[in-house]
Amino acid sequence: MNILKFITAGSVDDGKSTLIGRLLYDTNSILDDQLEAIKKANRKNNDGTVDLAILTDGLKAEREQGITIDVAYKYFQTEKRKFIIADAPGHIQYTRNMVTGASNSELIIILIDARKGVIEQTKRHSFLAQLLSLKKVLVCVNKMDMVDYEQAVYENIKTDYLALANRLGLENVDFLPVSALKGDNIVAPSEKMNWYTGESLLDYLENIELEGNKEQPWRFPVQWVVRPQTDELHDYRGYAGRVLGEGLKVGEEVLVLPSGARSVVKAIELAEAHLEAAQDGQSVIVHLEDDVDISRGDFIVPATFPAATDRQVEANICWFDSKPLDNSQIYLLQNHSHITKVKITDVHYKYDVNTQEKLLGEDLKLNDIGKVSLKAASDIVFDTHRDFPENSRAILIDPRSNLTVAALMIEDVA
Amino acid sequence: MDYLDHLEAEAIYILREVAGQFENPALLFSGGKDSITLVHLAMKAFRPGKFPFPLVHIDTGHNFPETIAYRDWLIEQTGEKLIVGLVQDSIDQGKVVEQKGKNASRNALQTVTLLDTIEKNGFDACIGGARRDEEKARAKERIFSVRDEFGQWDPKRQRPELWNIFNGKIHKGENVRIFPISNWTELDVWNYIKREKIALPTIYFSHNRDVVFRNGQWMAAAPFLQIDEDDIVEHKSVRFRTVGDMTCTAAVDSTAVELDDIITEIKASTVSERGARMDDKVSEAAMEERKKQGYF
Repeated sequence: MNILKFITAGSVDDGKSTLIGRLLYDTNSILDDQLEAIKKANRKNNDGTVDLAILTDGLKAEREQGITIDVAYKYFQTEKRKFIIADAPGHIQYTRNMVTGASNSELIIILIDARKGVIEQTKRHSFLAQLLSLKKVLVCVNKMDMVDYEQAVYENIKTDYLALANRLGLENVDFLPVSALKGDNIVAPSEKMNWYTGESLLDYLENIELEGNKEQPWRFPVQWVVRPQTDELHDYRGYAGRVLGEGLKVGEEVLVLPSGARSVVKAIELAEAHLEAAQDGQSVIVHLEDDVDISRGDFIVPATFPAATDRQVEANICWFDSKPLDNSQIYLLQNHSHITKVKITDVHYKYDVNTQEKLLGEDLKLNDIGKVSLKAASDIVFDTHRDFPENSRAILIDPRSNLTVAALMIEDVA
Repeated sequence: MDYLDHLEAEAIYILREVAGQFENPALLFSGGKDSITLVHLAMKAFRPGKFPFPLVHIDTGHNFPETIAYRDWLIEQTGEKLIVGLVQDSIDQGKVVEQKGKNASRNALQTVTLLDTIEKNGFDACIGGARRDEEKARAKERIFSVRDEFGQWDPKRQRPELWNIFNGKIHKGENVRIFPISNWTELDVWNYIKREKIALPTIYFSHNRDVVFRNGQWMAAAPFLQIDEDDIVEHKSVRFRTVGDMTCTAAVDSTAVELDDIITEIKASTVSERGARMDDKVSEAAMEERKKQGYF
């Protein structure tokens, strides 16, 4: 059994919280005392049924206002899979929350109201899915009950959406007609839509396989050096970290970046067990044949396929702070365990997130997405977003407030 | 990757980030299954080295004796350092006032002792075993959760947390609470304990003890629990699904003696884990309010 992490995008009006509530409710993930609390809170739908949306609104302010402000993570499990849902608000003023939720997901469910079709918000969410390189987009055409379960409505929306996906360069899109409120095609196939022969939403989520890119090399960002310094383990020196990608194995020739030192993998340990090779995502300890200088923030990479090392890079950026980007200021760039000072040397443009038009000569403010060049005080070890998204990502920290002010996806050397 | 391997790798990664980013971290140890799991994960993260942090126990003085015995055994086994903060000290110093009456509990008082212990030892990061599936306010909390110098959590001013990049930068006086098992559910913890053969305090397994009926639940009949003549006291086979101190943790009827029995019991349960916590039942936002004050 493995884990699928997904995000649901849409606003309250699209029935997003209802969809999540429905998934949790119909998989028996809501327990009696939690249901009791919901009933006590006394929020009802117009038809008198319990409002499942309240399940996802964890903060008092959210319950009072009936809106989702922050990202909430929800968990449920079936016989086949464990699921982690990032439930993020969909309105434009919460773009940063959506980016946060999407960054921790592999798949995105984009909800479209069958009565409204592809709207501005759909375009924005799809753009973000593309920007963050989610592995799969599932378009759920919701509220099919409000359009008499008409196949033509669904097919028209599908055609419209595929045109949008094509324009954005978004691949890996699937479609599903549902009614979250009535439960059509959520857990079981709908009797009202015999024209749809695909899986229900739950079956789809249980069965979808999201393959990683097999062509990618591996990367090993060093987090911590394990040195017991005891008498019996006097020479023990292990580099602890979490592997990105497949292929790290004993005997492999490696480079240490940014120094460029060469060595060979001597051993790989996982909690005192010795491995011949490490898998993608494993937290291990690596030993090298040679006594090279390695500390936290360094990268071990295959000698045959090293990562890029540069001080000047170009990146897509999503701005999170209420204070706009200030290119006279110094920020801290953190990628994996490495931190360096940076300056933004150029703001090339920002996107109109609804139309994806490039706007020139504008400030980058809260929730804005754009493209920048930056210069770092020390070498950044990275891959481009196109080649290896997992090793192109970074955050910016404002050293005055210590807040995380931006997400970066490195596109190229500048 | 199997889901338990995935959760384990993520938690180890987070623990190593704590070691790398902070000067003086601590692991908050309650003697419950979640913090016991954290200690096990810390061994996987740092052995054969020592932990780069001590274990810190905030002792209400109303703990189950089995929990204290387990704690001392674990320290002996691991050879790691233990720091104990006593709620009794906070009471003696007049910093908090003991609650009175039948439902008196030291649960809320712990926050003061915790914040004092953090300040006295200068901890800049405290690792805790809270999980997001436990409670709806916790579902919103970050893995690296910044607290101000009064220990307060501000749910509206949380930092965005992207990918696996954790921002642990803070100003002097602030500290960060860190939750490596945020993404685990109760069932995941039990399945992991079983897979890893982790030893637990005996109160998690069914045993016979005197219990008193209170607010619809069975509480352990402890010497410091006010028991009146008309209270119903029975000798029953019970176990504890969640372990806080004796005044706020209710027992469940159970004959589960093995881990497999417990897992079967949880799968079939129609009540959530924190349903057995009196401290959460005070109001709908009970956890959110306590967290804002600096609670775990």
